[in-house]
Amino acid sequence: MATVSLAGCFGCHMSLLDIDTLLFPLLDKVELDRSPLTDLKSVGPCDVGWVEGGVCNAENVEVLQAFRRQCKVLIAVGACAINGGLPAQRNMLALPEILEEVYHTSPGLVRGRIPNDPELPLPLDKVYPLHEIVQIDYSIPGCPPSAEIIWSVVSDLLAGKTPHPEKHLLRYD
Amino acid sequence: MTESSNRNLETASDADKLRRVAIDPVSRVEGHGKVTLLLDENNRVHQARLHIVEFRGFERFIQGRPYWEVPVMVQRLCGICPVSHHLAASKALDGVAGAGTIPPTAEKLRRLMHYGQILQSHALHFFHLSSPDLLFGFDSETTRRNIAGLASAHPELAKQGVLLRRFGQEVIRVTSGKRIHGTGAIPGGMNKALSMDERESLLSELPQILAWSRNAVDLIRKLHESDPALYDHFGLFRSGMLSLVGAQGELDLYDGTLRARDADGRILLDGILPEHYGTHILEEVRPWSYMKFPFLKQFGPESGWYKVGPLARIQNCDFISTPLAEQARMEFMAYRNGAIRHEPLAYHWARMIELLHAVEVIQQLLSGDDILGTDLIAHGVRQREGVGIIEAPRGTLIHHYRVDDNDLISMCNLIVSTTHNNQAMNEAIRRVALDYLDGREITEGLLNRIEVAIRAFDPCLSCATHALGKMPLEVELVDVEGRQVSSLYRDAEFA
Ligand code: SF4
Repeated sequence: MATVSLAGCFGCHMSLLDIDTLLFPLLDKVELDRSPLTDLKSVGPCDVGWVEGGVCNAENVEVLQAFRRQCKVLIAVGACAINGGLPAQRNMLALPEILEEVYHTSPGLVRGRIPNDPELPLPLDKVYPLHEIVQIDYSIPGCPPSAEIIWSVVSDLLAGKTPHPEKHLLRYD
Repeated sequence: MTESSNRNLETASDADKLRRVAIDPVSRVEGHGKVTLLLDENNRVHQARLHIVEFRGFERFIQGRPYWEVPVMVQRLCGICPVSHHLAASKALDGVAGAGTIPPTAEKLRRLMHYGQILQSHALHFFHLSSPDLLFGFDSETTRRNIAGLASAHPELAKQGVLLRRFGQEVIRVTSGKRIHGTGAIPGGMNKALSMDERESLLSELPQILAWSRNAVDLIRKLHESDPALYDHFGLFRSGMLSLVGAQGELDLYDGTLRARDADGRILLDGILPEHYGTHILEEVRPWSYMKFPFLKQFGPESGWYKVGPLARIQNCDFISTPLAEQARMEFMAYRNGAIRHEPLAYHWARMIELLHAVEVIQQLLSGDDILGTDLIAHGVRQREGVGIIEAPRGTLIHHYRVDDNDLISMCNLIVSTTHNNQAMNEAIRRVALDYLDGREITEGLLNRIEVAIRAFDPCLSCATHALGKMPLEVELVDVEGRQVSSLYRDAEFA
């Protein structure tokens, strides 16, 4: 299993860790590939890819496409992955205007200018949901989805079943 | 304050003639960042930079939203310490709601939530993310150097780490309704009281949690003492420090006034009220990172930078108000006979002292009966502006808002903890690059040392992204013409 946070806040990853001590049986059964929890920097062939966050820059697109290539099942986890979430609030505004304000005209700045080094991946015009870039197999709603629903989906998948979380676990807050 | 000793490594003079090495993404940190190094043909390091590569623009798009939405929206900047943003925003907007002081029970509940957050975040950082480096060694096998490796080699320790974090998350849940992104604090107070059952169930677990926290301090102290040659020197740089301190000069992570000391411990600024932060702190923009570089105005960008977080806080305060943590702090200071400590790896030690302190504070708060009170909201005359400062797990967090006549946000400025440590982290990686990588054949273990230095600060690159960036660490070697020579860490999908 591989996990990644694109334009997300890591809250969905934190919710995964909120399975608490169930983490240990999980780690017994699955091998973690690329993930913020390991030092593997690129994604290899995996059964399950677990993606938090929407797509906000050129690098996110490449990482997401690599996840799609390598993972048999790709899950969009949380509001940001499903519809852009809070970062997509910037979609109402033109990107240059935001950059200008944050790095140039806001108070308390010295040598204000928009960062432009080639090392910085280019931001996209908008924040996109995952399914507009690649095909997604399952989505888990919530901001973040609870540890219970994450556990339910992951354990169904590990057992080779189609995930069927109980209704009350499906929440959108 | 201190001039940087490695400043020349910030920008190489003849960058196009050098090989580029990148560590992308930096792993086992919260958020995404990347490090690039430029080397010449003899592997001498000419440039080392930590970049924050993602941009969000929160400060801009929050404008025009009603101010009471902000404490709930703003925590989506960061799921690792959402409570810090939730509370810093609420504190800033208490002023706007006209609540100069909030009712005592409301403040206690907020403190409870905050110290729960400190506990869960420090436990996560130490046990889940950093301890594999310290227990297995920086050169240990890549696939084992993580929480799964910890669970198989040290199952008891891994269990304690997970349960310490769990307890902190439960404290957050009972005060805010959810473990992540709850809604407990509102401008003017709190919207949820604590029930008797919630209090009793937490109190019943406390003796065990306290015992494990003491073990954690012992563990990190022993690690230091077992290898001073490493711990005392790794990534070492000197700098001033900044944090809030309480009214008596005590460690206070929820409220207080700003204090700054120089690298030798002399007080430079003290008693600075949150609303005056802007007269003392400015931020510089550099073109190669979305994360800004803050500094103390009176000392200028070259020497006015400082560090924040546990290592700064436990030395910036005069004492800790809880007995076990104060005892641990005295031992920490005695290690260098009272001289100010700058070793980045000492951040972990300071962090475990704060973790112990958080557990003691949670115990005190839960033991008093006024924590069960139900007078939770204050009202007053609406104001147009507010500043809230809090000590988040990783350091000083500043939220500043202006609100127009229609209750809509018209200005927002955030300076997050990790941003304050921007220069400090860059100093640490330059020191490590010079001490370990300079002139040598690069190996995965050497590159991991750069990440170990970054991890010591517990940077939250997710927060730093708010207006700024995230942090992948990738290392690639490119020859003079830009052809890729080796791609040790390089992410295959970026090829
Ligand atoms: S869905 Fe919510 S918790 Fe998950 S990354 Fe987005 S903001 Fe964070």
